[in-house]
Amino acid sequence: MKIIVCVKQVPDTSGKVAVKADGTMDRASMATIINPDDLNAVEAALAMKDENPDSRVIVVTMGPTQANAMLHELLAMGADESVLVSAREFGGSDTFATSQILAAAIKRIGLTEDTVVLCGRQAIDGDTAQVGPQIAEKLDMPQVSYVSEIKKEGNTLTVKRMLEDGYQRVEVHTPCLLTCIKELNTPRYMAVKGILEYDKKPRLVYDYDALKDDELIEVDTIGLKGSPTNVFRSFTAPAKGAGQMLSGTPREMVAQLFGTLEEKHLI
Amino acid sequence: MILSEKHEMMRRLFRQFAETEFTDDILEELEATGEFNWEMHRKMAANGFLGTKIPVEYGGQGGDSLAYVLMVEEFARVSPVLSLYANTSNSLGAGPLLFCGTDAQKEKYVTPIARGEKILVFALTEPGAGSDAGSTLTTAVEDGDFYILNGRKTFISGAPFADYAVVYARTDAAQKGSKGLSMFILDMKLPGVSVGKHENKMGIIGYPTSDIIMEDVRVHKSDLLGPLHRGFSTAMKTLDGGRLGVAAQSLGIAQGCLEESIRYARERKQFGRPIANFQAISFMLADMVTEIEAARELVYNTAVMKDAGSPDGAKRCAMSKLFASEMCNRVAYKAVQIHGGYGYIKEYKVERFYRDARITTLYEGTSQVQQMVISGSLLR
Repeated sequence: MKIIVCVKQVPDTSGKVAVKADGTMDRASMATIINPDDLNAVEAALAMKDENPDSRVIVVTMGPTQANAMLHELLAMGADESVLVSAREFGGSDTFATSQILAAAIKRIGLTEDTVVLCGRQAIDGDTAQVGPQIAEKLDMPQVSYVSEIKKEGNTLTVKRMLEDGYQRVEVHTPCLLTCIKELNTPRYMAVKGILEYDKKPRLVYDYDALKDDELIEVDTIGLKGSPTNVFRSFTAPAKGAGQMLSGTPREMVAQLFGTLEEKHLI
Repeated sequence: MILSEKHEMMRRLFRQFAETEFTDDILEELEATGEFNWEMHRKMAANGFLGTKIPVEYGGQGGDSLAYVLMVEEFARVSPVLSLYANTSNSLGAGPLLFCGTDAQKEKYVTPIARGEKILVFALTEPGAGSDAGSTLTTAVEDGDFYILNGRKTFISGAPFADYAVVYARTDAAQKGSKGLSMFILDMKLPGVSVGKHENKMGIIGYPTSDIIMEDVRVHKSDLLGPLHRGFSTAMKTLDGGRLGVAAQSLGIAQGCLEESIRYARERKQFGRPIANFQAISFMLADMVTEIEAARELVYNTAVMKDAGSPDGAKRCAMSKLFASEMCNRVAYKAVQIHGGYGYIKEYKVERFYRDARITTLYEGTSQVQQMVISGSLLR
């Protein structure tokens, strides 16, 4: 079985956010971490491999060469192979563009009957939760999002899909794509042995030439110029001011509230 | 020292593990009960930390001495006592077996130690033989296929819960001092083996320490470790590695003290401003970080030199331990001083660091023993 995990290096939200002149984030100058939901996806893949040792876990990311540091960590956790999709032409891609490129990369890695593609639910920088589902659409494979439990028997997966007010049990056949949430598992740590051996594993790089001729890629709709989304401005949201607590009976508090809102010309 | 990418990754791993797993609740429980935390032991074992420096063929991770130093340092930065949990198996535990064990002994003992399935401790010290290991009174007398051991070992870290102990005993009564000593692997479940009461220690609480008493214990000859009558030189070699571990632990404690002090000095206000703005405080911080960095260079370098087989290895290990442990105590003193009265209260981390720091100049050879080793190698 082949398990392909899409991962993303994201800014460490505890650090400062840097923005480039074009409004997109200056990823190279920020401290980075592995997107938390993606770590759950990697753990799910490694847990499947623990049960089926013949499986192969391949992690794939699109990003600048700095993303190698993240891939090395994932190999040290136990992934078997990494693919870095990196080219100037891909830079500044929005979710529509990114999913084309990643779908083409997954095709190049090779989809088989028993392949499972795992993604994190969403990245903490963009928070769109769009890339995973779009990849599945482009590859024309079934998808289940918000997965919090996976059971695998042969080529059938039974998964628990979390909703806001409950959950669904969904049966899905491979090849398929799942987006994972943090309730799924606790990611393992790297291992010292894994760190010592990560560079003995295959580490591939797909550049523009490797993917540009794939039918999934429309060269006009990738990169910053081709992306349908145009970022107007990126900024750190200002901290909320301190709230004001009202006291008294409910009737008195409502009166106070209306008074304040009228005073501020909000009603 | 500029670390390689792999060593940087290891540091990140060790730090992440310590910061995530060594929770305040666990640290408080260790202090309150003094008991060994088996769950933490198993967690470290599952992550391979008990075998960080043990070769892969014996179930370890195959790391080098620098990897081991980084682990002990990062663990001690959060919890000096929990750094010992992962330290012993890598140094004093598996050390003597890897130095001079037979293949069968390595297979039988090192693999389960690396995996954390068994715990092996190091028993050299006796009531009357501390710095002067040559005064060992424990005896081992040959009797057919066995040796009969009699004696008492004292201050043995981990003895109350150990499966095995490497013990030193006099096998040749005719030889005096460090000659005529041999090493044995003692199964703690053998008839005649008992442990004393848990010592009530100043620090490193949560890693029980006690005596081991041997009364006519029959140890099979297959558990004689290394050459007969020549156990002392292996003990000294094992202690080199152990000293590097104590040096790393000292570094971690000092680093923890520094970080706590910086945080406190920024928050604590007196005379209308943070105390960090007073030169008396900020200069103490400057001295602390400078000493820590100097020690770090010495310790890391020694780890690399030791693995490279430097003839100065033993001297450098002693120098690392001497400098880092004394530095650690100076830094811990300043950390409490910066905290003022709060540093004397148990809720503040520096109070524990201060007590834990104190052992580093004592165990695995006092500072004065390190000075003997260092000066001895200079004046040889």
